[in-house]
Amino acid sequence: MNTQLRLYRDIGHNALWKQNAILAQLLGLCPLLAVSSTMVNAVSLGMATILVMGMANSAVSLLRGFIPYEIRIPIFILIIAALVTVVDLLFNAYLHELYLVLGIFIPLIVTNCIVLARVEAFAAKNPVGPAAFDGVMMGIGFVWVIGLLGAIREFVGQGTLFSGIEMVIPGARALQILPQDYPGFLVAILPPGAFFVLGLMIAARNWIEWRANERAKERLLAQQQAAA
Amino acid sequence: MSDAPSPSSPAPLPPADDPLRISLRTATILLLFTLAFTALMAGVYRATKPVLDATALDAKRRTIAEVLPADAYDNDLLADAITLPPTPELNLAEPTQIYRARKEGKPAALVLETAALDGYAGEIRLILAVRADGRLAAVRVVRHKETPGLGDYIDARKDKRKAHPWIAQFSGRSLGDPPPEQWRVKKDGGHFDQRTGATISARAVTQAIARTLAWVDAHAAALYALPVGQTFEEKTP
Repeated sequence: MNTQLRLYRDIGHNALWKQNAILAQLLGLCPLLAVSSTMVNAVSLGMATILVMGMANSAVSLLRGFIPYEIRIPIFILIIAALVTVVDLLFNAYLHELYLVLGIFIPLIVTNCIVLARVEAFAAKNPVGPAAFDGVMMGIGFVWVIGLLGAIREFVGQGTLFSGIEMVIPGARALQILPQDYPGFLVAILPPGAFFVLGLMIAARNWIEWRANERAKERLLAQQQAAA
Repeated sequence: MSDAPSPSSPAPLPPADDPLRISLRTATILLLFTLAFTALMAGVYRATKPVLDATALDAKRRTIAEVLPADAYDNDLLADAITLPPTPELNLAEPTQIYRARKEGKPAALVLETAALDGYAGEIRLILAVRADGRLAAVRVVRHKETPGLGDYIDARKDKRKAHPWIAQFSGRSLGDPPPEQWRVKKDGGHFDQRTGATISARAVTQAIARTLAWVDAHAAALYALPVGQTFEEKTP
């Protein structure tokens, strides 16, 4: 039971921070940069990605006994593409307003390397429980990064948060944080802004990791000195 | 590659080293996977098709409601449609629908699409309703690629001034009000406002509206008279 729990905790820690698909592995940059101009867009595409990753990992894990090793990649892509098509149809049917915004990006989930990477590296070798969990957690790791990126770009670019929320929750309104006549900072909304902000976020992650390592070293040193 | 050990491959069949046998088996498995997942997609498509059609119709109805108030007509607007073939005067490269609003049997308004190709970033697609007296009921931008935060105020949904969106200044105007030579943005000596920093988008929309009003003026009678469902053909003089 204990090892089982630790397995799940490790999967979660890896997905959210240590092996974070974006901040550590730099996978899935195409949708990341394309859809993060506002927070709502970013989180919505992230949610669709979680759905696809959870489903793809579960499906591959369940079917892994039937997939010959030699043709696993075409079958993985077939499975992912079919699931993305299903998600695309469901979004179009039941979240149409949002689909109008994300429509062209949902098919791009197929090309999101994170999905294929997790299927190949994890789901094809593990039972369905951990595989589904890994897919969802990796998806959440993607969402918090893309959501934060979208929030920063939207705040700097147009002084609001949650703009477009009415597409997801009817009746909800965007938060105008900076004054109405804030002129906006166009670069943040345009694609180069995504690169700048992502670069800063990766730098911040590296700095936090570096500081944690330094602290660990100091603690070790202090222990050794105390022992001596 | 093929000799890589894998716990996932099933136990090989008797003459496992027969390449033909292996190829056939692999191909069959791939085929089965393709069939299964194609069936899944087809099933979901069939299940969502009614909802998709209803949503598309609903979206169209809502767009039309933005340019033409419901009390302006009493006929089944979406049913009273004619087809407009590709029309260079309106910058339309593919067939579109024109909806005809009537009140008590008399022509009330035409709802049609038009496009501007001289925006800052490609095509700007518009939908507008022109009343029978030649006045514009309203116009909306339905599709564009203008710069976010700069030129996208032409789209009422993106316009920061929600109370007085830029696009609303065209409502109620006609080619006589202001006169045709005044159908320009102020920067070009005309009547209509533009916003600082993005004149090109405003100019493109203004000119597209003027062009479309002139086209409707010239063809209105023929457009109202055409039987439902037919394709409009311009009479060559």
